[in-house]
Amino acid sequence: MSDRPNRPAVLSVRDLTVEIPTRRGVLKPVDSVSFDIGEGEILGVVGESGAGKSMTGNAVIGLLDRPARISGGEVRLRSERIDNLPYEKLRRVRGRRIGMIFQDPLTSLNPLLPIGEQIAETVRTHMDVSSTEAWNRAVAALEEVGIPAARERAGSYPHEFSGGMRQRVVIALALCAEPDLVVADEPTTALDVSVQAQIIALLKRLCRDRGTAVMLVTHDMGVIAEAADRVAVMYAGRMAELGPVREVVTRPRHPYTDGLMGATPLAGGGQRRLRQIPGATPRLTALPTGCAFHPRCPNAQDACRQDPPPTLAADRGRAACWFPVEHDLPRAREA
Amino acid sequence: MRDDAPRSTSETPAGAAPLVSVRNLSRVFDVSRPWLNRVIERLPLRYLTAVSDVSFDIPARTTYALVGESGSGKSTIGKILVGLLSPSEGSVEINGIDLARETDAAKIGRVRSDIQMIFQDPYASLNPRWTVRAIIVEPVAARGGDTSGLAERLLEQVGLAAEDADKYPHEFSGGQRQRICIARALASEPRFIVCDEPTSALDVSVQAQVLNLMSDLKEEFGLTYLFISHDLTVVRHMADRVGVLYLGRLVEEAAPDELNEIPRHPYTRMLLEAAPRLDAFGREIDPPKGEIPDPISPPPGCAFHPRCPIAVDRCRQERPALRPLGGARVACHRAGEEGTPTA
Ligand SMILES: Nc1ncnc2c1ncn2[C@@H]1O[C@H](COP(=O)(O)OP(=O)(O)OP(=O)(O)O)[C@@H](O)[C@H]1O
Ligand SMILES: Nc1ncnc2c1ncn2[C@@H]1O[C@H](COP(=O)(O)OP(=O)(O)OP(=O)(O)O)[C@@H](O)[C@H]1O
Ligand code: SF4
Ligand code: SF4
Ligand SMILES: [Mg+2]
Ligand SMILES: [Mg+2]
Repeated sequence: MSDRPNRPAVLSVRDLTVEIPTRRGVLKPVDSVSFDIGEGEILGVVGESGAGKSMTGNAVIGLLDRPARISGGEVRLRSERIDNLPYEKLRRVRGRRIGMIFQDPLTSLNPLLPIGEQIAETVRTHMDVSSTEAWNRAVAALEEVGIPAARERAGSYPHEFSGGMRQRVVIALALCAEPDLVVADEPTTALDVSVQAQIIALLKRLCRDRGTAVMLVTHDMGVIAEAADRVAVMYAGRMAELGPVREVVTRPRHPYTDGLMGATPLAGGGQRRLRQIPGATPRLTALPTGCAFHPRCPNAQDACRQDPPPTLAADRGRAACWFPVEHDLPRAREA
Repeated sequence: MRDDAPRSTSETPAGAAPLVSVRNLSRVFDVSRPWLNRVIERLPLRYLTAVSDVSFDIPARTTYALVGESGSGKSTIGKILVGLLSPSEGSVEINGIDLARETDAAKIGRVRSDIQMIFQDPYASLNPRWTVRAIIVEPVAARGGDTSGLAERLLEQVGLAAEDADKYPHEFSGGQRQRICIARALASEPRFIVCDEPTSALDVSVQAQVLNLMSDLKEEFGLTYLFISHDLTVVRHMADRVGVLYLGRLVEEAAPDELNEIPRHPYTRMLLEAAPRLDAFGREIDPPKGEIPDPISPPPGCAFHPRCPIAVDRCRQERPALRPLGGARVACHRAGEEGTPTA
């Protein structure tokens, strides 16, 4: 398997950089990030808190909160640039061609409107259909995401549903205009494991069937391993590693990814002690020189302290690292 | 035990009195609407049984883990064990003393200082206006104990620096704050610590640091833990014995390896299958059915029956008792039957 998706790219991000001007200087929560997502492909974006995952997702959908702004690079949706569109145009693209799913379903739902009407309204805004047809499509969408008795429940309000059911409604809403891309930011982080498994299975099935590209942002490597085709690992605003999920999980090349794997308790048990990554994630206001990971890295050498490793391109290279981890033997955790 | 490397439990002499002994513990909350609404809208009183008839022991120097999904009663049990909530029924004995019934103030004081709690949110549980020193020594100072040099010593024990004592909580990362919480919990030299999701708010690399620290401290000070978590993988790593809760009841209890390898309760099997795994690339599972029912009116019989793939008529009528099976205890009518996984 190569790093490049075999299907044509739906989303193409090149050297995306986000800046936040502050009194203590300009911060770069996202620094020269590049990746593609193909049709029907799920790209997992992982990293620890503050790595820049949500910022990257928000920059892609044009929803950065001030004072953060895109200061470089480009975002293309089916080869059309969307990072420099005027506000109104971008808003239309977002509703019609990009679906969004966030951790808290209530941020996407209007508390005062029955769920069926919200979906029907989105359908009508973006597609040329009658209001009866829009309502029927809303009911069908709710049925598809597994809301029991969808026709009756379409008249219920968001607060009348459990957290898991609400997230199903949000998925129906995100997919009802048949978007090219779905950006899901920690869609299951607030849910119980049994409901998380339901939501991930649903998302996988619907997006595969329709060929929707998915950017799945999460801090949970297990979720990524099960759901994603490829994974992007972020550290301190940069892309540390990018590759097919099985490769990255079983033979991580970047010392940070390797550290993350060692720190994760295995389902099979058997570890006496977890491997620790020394130190803590750096603050954006005090990023180390050279490679931002060097103070914590077991492979670090002088070169790492002086020069940052070259940024990862979307289509070549696996790890942004001067001295990547070598693997002689496959890891025990390989399936 | 099938573990070749013996853990501390297997060293505990059989028959030794447990440090913590929980018997038929229940806790009911009154969740009725306010009195006036009830009268106007003719609503009945409503009660929620958060914990129901739970019994387990924790031998000294071992870790007992409680797992279950949200609302299963984990935190309620933890709070009862440290005395933050009182039981509605049943008893908790720590070192042979029942805090809810003991009348001797000296004994109560001694047991109280033997117990500490660590919470999930290291941000909310530290007073932002206090120095780290004041936070750490507070449990000891409150009893008029000697606090000189205490904070500095504890900070070093949890892997921070003595100089950190003069700083304030906002100067620390999440993992460092959880270390401060642990230092505070250690200050009164407790024997028993209730840890309520101590790493759920932390990143994996920070979680690894905190879990390793907890294991080291357990060895060093001979601590006993009640470890509350929703993460079966973390629990397997930490626990000597695991209790699985569903809607306030213990449905299965076993040693972690046994629980993972031969889960006997259908709910345990469901949890294990649903947990995301690092080695399950592109796994297509049949996701679990349904969601946790309303705890105010749980299903009759076995509360798991609406979601259970092997439920039979009996399950809808008769509640299964928790009974011993192999090295485990299981509350399922069909556990141990031909064709269901036992061993
Ligand atoms: N207004 C702001 N001013 C300064 N820094 C900011 C601002 N907003 C965000 N940041 C910083 O930008 C970085 C990236 O944040 P982001 O939300 O993308 O992280 P994340 O990877 O999604 O983390 P999490 O897992 O916690 O959601 C963080 O270090 C955050 O502190
Ligand atoms: N003070 C209270 N008043 C009313 N109901 C309560 C109270 N505390 C807890 N409950 C209810 O009791 C049940 C058990 O709650 P508990 O907090 O023990 O669950 P938990 O297993 O710790 O869940 P979580 O994983 O979400 O922390 C829940 O249904 C909860 O809503
Ligand atoms: S570039 Fe150097 S410091 Fe950075 S991850 Fe690679 S080896 Fe480590
Ligand atoms: S008692 Fe019946 S319903 Fe309950 S878990 Fe066992 S088989 Fe399933
Ligand atoms: Mg985020
Ligand atoms: Mg809890």
